[in-house]
Amino acid sequence: MAQTIVITPKNETFLKRIVALSAEAITVCDQCGTCSGSCPMIHEMDVTPSQLMRMVQLGQSEALDTKTMWVCASCFACTVRCPRGLDVSKVAEALRQVTLRRSVDRLDIRNIPSDELAELPQIALVSAFRKLTG
Amino acid sequence: MTSEQTSTTHAALDAGSPKRTRLPYYPGCTLKTTGKGLEDSALAVAETLGMELVELPRWNCCGVVTSLTDDDLMRHIAPIRNMVRVQEMSDAGLVDDKRVVTLCSMCFNALKWSNARIGGNAEDLKSINDFMYLEEDYRGDSEVVHFLEILKELDPEAIARQVKVPLGNLNVAPYYGCTLLRPKSIGIDDPENPTIQRKFLETMGATVIDNSYKTVCCGSYQTVPDKYAVAELTHDILSHARSAGAEAVTTFCPLCAFNLDNRQREVLEKHPDFEPMPVFYFTQLMAVAFGLNAECCRFDLNHTDPRPLLRGKKLMKEDA
Repeated sequence: MAQTIVITPKNETFLKRIVALSAEAITVCDQCGTCSGSCPMIHEMDVTPSQLMRMVQLGQSEALDTKTMWVCASCFACTVRCPRGLDVSKVAEALRQVTLRRSVDRLDIRNIPSDELAELPQIALVSAFRKLTG
Repeated sequence: MTSEQTSTTHAALDAGSPKRTRLPYYPGCTLKTTGKGLEDSALAVAETLGMELVELPRWNCCGVVTSLTDDDLMRHIAPIRNMVRVQEMSDAGLVDDKRVVTLCSMCFNALKWSNARIGGNAEDLKSINDFMYLEEDYRGDSEVVHFLEILKELDPEAIARQVKVPLGNLNVAPYYGCTLLRPKSIGIDDPENPTIQRKFLETMGATVIDNSYKTVCCGSYQTVPDKYAVAELTHDILSHARSAGAEAVTTFCPLCAFNLDNRQREVLEKHPDFEPMPVFYFTQLMAVAFGLNAECCRFDLNHTDPRPLLRGKKLMKEDA
């Protein structure tokens, strides 16, 4: 069934915000799906990376509610393969930052068991907290 | 890279050269703890090859992951402060090279990326220099290199001459992961089909096993919020290496090492048939091949003990 999508000024504002934060020309994504086919974390995602790009193109702030942006590991597999030269990792980071800059963290150190904290290398903790907390 | 620098590095390698080439060296946090096997073995290997890796004084955390938002200059300060240390060392004549050597793949990526991003932008460089007003101004002209790039500059025969214990019939799959390769502007090899480890492993006498999972991400920092998601990647990466004929994998990254090695515990919970596989730091295998004292490998820190495999292949003494 055909669905009508109305682009409102609010949608445009959201798109412009993500374009500014990521410095990526998000509207040139032509939805080929190469990013989704390259993503090692896709089995953990609720929408695929290409779907996430489409949501942002349409200015749908529901993109901020996806699990996808949080489970991106910033591995840049999509980045090196995108035929349009886009960096989806930067778009995911921009989406994370919109939430994190509202002081809403994804990770709380108090929820990590102490035996795991003792075992995890610094490199894991520093990167996780830089990516998942504001 | 200038020809003058190359010849300096090569000169020190010539037999009997009394003076080692001194290179600025950035270790990073994890090389002092779980990644000690990478640091100690690499320092010993470098010394054998006529190089002294001189640790930067007062280095700080590189931040591990580069900030990907366009407005986030603040997060480039930590890596750039380290570049000030490189500049100071070089200006003071304490080292023979302006390029800082990294071992940890993530430190390499974070430092090189910030250095390129800030060093190539006069306005941002000024902002950061103004912010770090207690430091001398960074000129933006120091470079970041990875240890593999330094090895590549050496005379291959000089490396081959140091091999005292050829790795014989050890079947090794080099694993690259992400940060040595991607993004393209930062990586040191072809992001789809890297081969830089192959040549050196072959020089060590190992049988190199290629497989398509060598560039697949290990899950990186997702190991903190979701260890089981990472364990699935560990399972896939190591199972593909195993089915291609590998008995072990090599890495340069202490986070890949943790995810591929320690997370085998979670893999076994979910996949009881999984056969554990040793994960070597690349330089641990070089140290073994050079016949260096096994202490520098710190195999006690490896989760899956690689010593039974090495002893089985007669590459390590029974009591070592």
